[in-house]
Amino acid sequence: MMASSYSAKEEDGHHSGSAGLGGAAIRTRKPDNTAFKQQRLPAWQPILTAGTVLPAFFIIGLIFIPIGIGLYVTSNNIKEFEIDYTGTDMSSPCFNCSQSFSWNSTTPCKCVLFFSLDQPFESNVFMYYGLSNFYQNHRRYVKSRDDSQLNGDQRSLKEPSKECEPYRTNENKPIAPCGAIANSMFNDTLDLFYIDPNGTKTQILLIKKGIAWWTDKHVKFRNPGGSNPNLTAAFIETAKPVNWHKPVYELDIDSENNGFINEDFIVWMRTAALPTFRKLYRIIQKKNNMTPTLPRGSYSLEVTYNYPVRSFEGRKRMILSTISWMGGKNPFLGIAYITVGSICFFLGVVLLFIHHKYGNRNNSSDVPN
Amino acid sequence: ERGGITLCGGDEKRVDSRTIYVGHRPCPDTEAFIPSKFCDNRIVSSKYTVWNFLPKNLFEQFRRIANFYFLIIFLVQVIVDTPTSPVTSGLPLFFVITVTAIKQGYEDWLRHKADNEVNKYPVTVLEDGRSVKKESEKIKVGDVVEVVEDETFPCDLILLQSSREDGTCFVTTASLDGESNHKTHYTVPDTEKDLQALPATIECEQPQPDLYKFVGRMHIYKPEQEPAVRSLGPENLLLKGATLKNTKKIYGVAVYTGMETKMALNYQGKSQKRSAVEKSINAFLLVYLCILISKAVVCTTLKYVWQSKEGQDEPWYNQKTQKEKDTNMYLKMFTDFLSFMVLFNFIIPVSMYVTVEMQKFLGSFFITWDKDFFDPEIQEGALVNTSDLNEELGQVEYVFTDKTGTLTQNNMEFIECCIDGFQYKHRDTRSELDGFTVTDGPEKEELFLRALCLCHTVQVKEAGSEVLADQVDGIDGLLLPQPEEERGFIASSPDEIALVRGAMEYGFTFLGLESKSMKIKNRENNIEEYKLLHVLNFDPVRRRMSVIVQTKSGETLLFCKGADSSIFPRVRPEEVDRIRMHVERNATEGYRTLCVAYKQLSAEEYAVADTGLREARLALQDREQKLMAMYNQVETGMSLIGATAVEDRLQEEAAETMEALQGAGMKVWVLTGDKMETAKSTCYACRLFQRGTELLELTVRTLEDGRLKLSFLSCRSWSTANQDYGFIIDGATLSLVMNPPREADASQYRSLFLQICQNCTAVLCCRMAPLQKAQIVKMVKNSKGSPITLSIGDGANDVSMILEAHVGIGIKGKEGRQAVRNSDYAIPKLKHLKKLLLAHGHLYYVRIAHLVQYFFYKNLCFILPQFLYQFFCGYSQQPLYDAAYLTMYNICFTSMPILAYSLLEQHISMEILLDNAALYREIANNAMLRWRPFLYWTVLGIFQGLLFFFGVRFLFSNPALQDNGQVFGNWSYGTIVFTVLVFTVTLKLALDTRHWTWINHFVIWGSLAFYVFFSFFWGGIIWPFLKQQRLYFVFANMLSSVSAWLVIIILILLSLLPEILLVVLRKPRGPHSRQVYLFLPFPF
Repeated sequence: MMASSYSAKEEDGHHSGSAGLGGAAIRTRKPDNTAFKQQRLPAWQPILTAGTVLPAFFIIGLIFIPIGIGLYVTSNNIKEFEIDYTGTDMSSPCFNCSQSFSWNSTTPCKCVLFFSLDQPFESNVFMYYGLSNFYQNHRRYVKSRDDSQLNGDQRSLKEPSKECEPYRTNENKPIAPCGAIANSMFNDTLDLFYIDPNGTKTQILLIKKGIAWWTDKHVKFRNPGGSNPNLTAAFIETAKPVNWHKPVYELDIDSENNGFINEDFIVWMRTAALPTFRKLYRIIQKKNNMTPTLPRGSYSLEVTYNYPVRSFEGRKRMILSTISWMGGKNPFLGIAYITVGSICFFLGVVLLFIHHKYGNRNNSSDVPN
Repeated sequence: ERGGITLCGGDEKRVDSRTIYVGHRPCPDTEAFIPSKFCDNRIVSSKYTVWNFLPKNLFEQFRRIANFYFLIIFLVQVIVDTPTSPVTSGLPLFFVITVTAIKQGYEDWLRHKADNEVNKYPVTVLEDGRSVKKESEKIKVGDVVEVVEDETFPCDLILLQSSREDGTCFVTTASLDGESNHKTHYTVPDTEKDLQALPATIECEQPQPDLYKFVGRMHIYKPEQEPAVRSLGPENLLLKGATLKNTKKIYGVAVYTGMETKMALNYQGKSQKRSAVEKSINAFLLVYLCILISKAVVCTTLKYVWQSKEGQDEPWYNQKTQKEKDTNMYLKMFTDFLSFMVLFNFIIPVSMYVTVEMQKFLGSFFITWDKDFFDPEIQEGALVNTSDLNEELGQVEYVFTDKTGTLTQNNMEFIECCIDGFQYKHRDTRSELDGFTVTDGPEKEELFLRALCLCHTVQVKEAGSEVLADQVDGIDGLLLPQPEEERGFIASSPDEIALVRGAMEYGFTFLGLESKSMKIKNRENNIEEYKLLHVLNFDPVRRRMSVIVQTKSGETLLFCKGADSSIFPRVRPEEVDRIRMHVERNATEGYRTLCVAYKQLSAEEYAVADTGLREARLALQDREQKLMAMYNQVETGMSLIGATAVEDRLQEEAAETMEALQGAGMKVWVLTGDKMETAKSTCYACRLFQRGTELLELTVRTLEDGRLKLSFLSCRSWSTANQDYGFIIDGATLSLVMNPPREADASQYRSLFLQICQNCTAVLCCRMAPLQKAQIVKMVKNSKGSPITLSIGDGANDVSMILEAHVGIGIKGKEGRQAVRNSDYAIPKLKHLKKLLLAHGHLYYVRIAHLVQYFFYKNLCFILPQFLYQFFCGYSQQPLYDAAYLTMYNICFTSMPILAYSLLEQHISMEILLDNAALYREIANNAMLRWRPFLYWTVLGIFQGLLFFFGVRFLFSNPALQDNGQVFGNWSYGTIVFTVLVFTVTLKLALDTRHWTWINHFVIWGSLAFYVFFSFFWGGIIWPFLKQQRLYFVFANMLSSVSAWLVIIILILLSLLPEILLVVLRKPRGPHSRQVYLFLPFPF
């Protein structure tokens, strides 16, 4: 592809013609006797043989199987509870909400789901919402955002990126935050209540901080106007995203969690990899060592049903999960490690057999070389 | 660039001769003085000017299919809304184009510089009686130019006047054809008077590129006389580019200038040879292009199937823009298809071409650097003229070698002679071996020796000429000790020197040629003088040469020497038998034999011959044929005096080299112009033919019914194992085979011939004309399976076959440098061929084959996850990896290790390769780039791609992967896949590497470290120029997740597991296990 005529100088007869006079002086053109030029650099020449690979297989097997078992046990110990509240079934409490959904309704539709936990959740409990058949990874969707606007850039606030179309402007005012991702932010409200055996409902404290990546919250997402506490002023002359009920500066009353640095918003803005995904919604902190965070018993989930998914046959879930050092519940890694470890161990045995049956002869011929 | 020539000569092409007025003086007798237009003396070898460089260079670069493809991809990215930014493919393309443009620009600048140097060179021109200094480019046809010693001629000149008394001048044409011996050129007779007012015209042929041909006629007008006509031949023509030697000053008239000079006409780029690897690459490319297109088609189809479902195409959360809604459905489908093409186009990487080019370019230095190729005698090492064919050196199946100068040293030594049937052996200091001492000897003996002294074109090197002492080529005198006298001879053929020197040993010394008279010193130390009347030059068709001399006593004698086959028919038959026995015996012993004959010419006979020869020389048309006819007429009825035997020693290690080549499975064919017996004995000496070899001869002698013979030979059952066959054919028979009288038989004969040849271990073709050599190479090259051919030779007669073969090797021998100039590789000695092929060739092949396969593999497992991701993102062309990763993958993260591998790998050490020639067979027939290994690599790539994608896919069934419960998004997904990918392909290469130098360590671990470093860096900063900060802290967060670590580790291990297993399991058993095992760096 690149011109392969680096020999052009030789081909060039005129050139050599004029250089001919100087050519009489005999230069020694003996090549340098360096290891590199003679291709004799000292080199390590590893050879994979049954003998060398064998121990590796056993070691891998011996390491992976315990890790796998550890992972599997860890994953199994993670408590996870999942409840679908989409309301597609007639029997579902949220059926009405899902059916009667309208963007213009001013009164929110609420529904309550009851469930019970068979086992207590001991450590911190993480509350997720899950969506299915929701293509957050669709290209048109993924690129429909303006990161410099979200970073607090004044110019982008007034003049959002073209990528945000068709969620760029509304009624000639720039939308903040612009783009499809922001526009479709998950806005159901989930409240959790513990129901005593004697029937009293206690609301469980849901913490909404610490659900987004630290760097997103503190660096990547910035409100316009810096630390100016008056967000309303900062977002003046902008429109709210069309599907939002309230503007961005009213997401929370806490100024540390309002505007672009609202953690629910930040979490939503990190687009999911697959069309079925979960996102961290709230954290339930462990109170003390004596009582489990979520004891066994009955609970109720109160949903403010704002988010329509019926039109694209999506599903909504609420997930309660404890977390281990490896993250949420996922038996895949444990199984994978146990399988691979076992395979390696098995191969080790096979190789050992081969090595013993045929290997000795090879070894003897290896030696003189 | 050739355009200039046709432009200049365009008008006069219709006329087959041009008329030149010497000194632009109108001459009487001609109708009218019409100064014809000739082109000026400017040499233009450059391709570009400042103005047209950019457009012209770009146009030429984009004519290459690969560049064009990438340009299209780039344009699609610019025009259509595609998933990846145009930068991802634009940047590498821009890089490649720029580097190439800079390189070509630089080369062109060098050419400009060289052109200027030549064009602005000051020359002296005689104008109106004065010498005027001019720039070389201002010379016009007809100018009288002065050239002084050691200057190069500024254009093609007819020599008019020389400062030497005898009207000669010496010239070296080292820069034209590489022959550094001095050639004598002659002035045109009768012009040595006043040049300022010489009224003359020159009529000569139109410019043509043959350096050794020139026909012209000079009319010299004298007042009140018929104009004198002198014939002009190549001996009167001084070529541009040649250098004046040993002569103070000459004057000549310009006949061809500028781009019409013979040098300029000879200037042409060699036709590009393509290697088999390149063809394989193109085949693989086609496969990958199909994969690419089918991927895009599948995705486009599925996309529209998927979209047809209610609510999928445009859910409320992901509305289209108005423009998208308005676009025509079919246009959208088409742009979708293009978008997918762009998304997957990384599967055919720009960088592969760059890497292959770099590998070839850099790799070729190892040949030039190899000190084993350095020859202390000529103080030179190997030369690489093209780096495109490195790997072809590892694929050679047929070796065509010249005999003289290649297999043998071309260092002639007079061994013995036979005079009138008596043998004289030279080595035993003149003791007559046969016992038949001189009966009527002395007379014949002296005649014979005189013949040796007179019948040649040898020049005596002038004593004290220092210039000559520097040069090695063509001067024999310096190499051999001279007991009696310091006497050097210069000749174009070493045989002649050996003969003259042989005669000297017997007491007859050739003293030199001065103004047409040859002096020899005889045994009584008396000087004899002979007037040289005519030289009937040697040519390969006649295979003989003659001189006509006149003795002091007025006798006119013709001496002729030549090959036995050309002499015997021209002498009395009864004399032949006595000599023939000797000649044949000498030939079987491997000596080169020549027969010597003479004839006394009567005055009438001479007169006829003289006029005939002169007329033929003056002929403007068909001069060659006329001369030939005249020569044949003169050289008849001679009587045979004797024969000579000259030994041409074998090259160092010729036999070992040939044995190694045969051991490596190559078929060696010797193509020589020499006699069958001589060639056969050389073949035996080189161990090409062994004692057990059954020889099949097909020569004129055995040709009574050639057709029968051929079919008989071919019917022979070749199955008899362990029987080596050798095949001998001569030029005449070959031409019968190639061009049979009945055209219909041609293909049948050829296939029969090939069939025979292919079943023989060694083939000897003797009595070959240069063109026949090329014909043979071409025939084998185009035969079934198109085997890779290699030609090796040292002389001008080998150029045609060197150019014809896939790989042409020139030997820096004694016969000038023409072979070297036209070769792809040049080596000082034949013995170097062994290392060049068995070690360098083998390694280059393995390296580049691995490079190519690896590149396709790594891009397959790079793009496959991206393809699979489309099934999970609604076929929306969402890239899995960030744009930076897409761009950098091939440029930075994975390019250096494979480049280092492809430069340094020695899966088997050079010593073992040289010791076990059979290892060469293992890579024969493009073994590593056949469809089977390609399939293996493809399956491996698919396996790993699937593993990467689905491994991470299962991990992401719960995206809460951090111990603080936070979740990962799509860019984390891509980054995990990409990390696994980079580590796996790099470690795969590490597994394949058998030769870990510090560079390999540095580059492999360095690349991985760089990847990690880069990822941190890229994700560590909010980049102001980026529209989206997709990777902000993605990598760091990934590393903070234990699960991500665990999945990365297990996926890398699992991807490499089959590889490791195969390596271990396919280890062959048996006594040679190690050697065989060492071979092939990877299993398939």
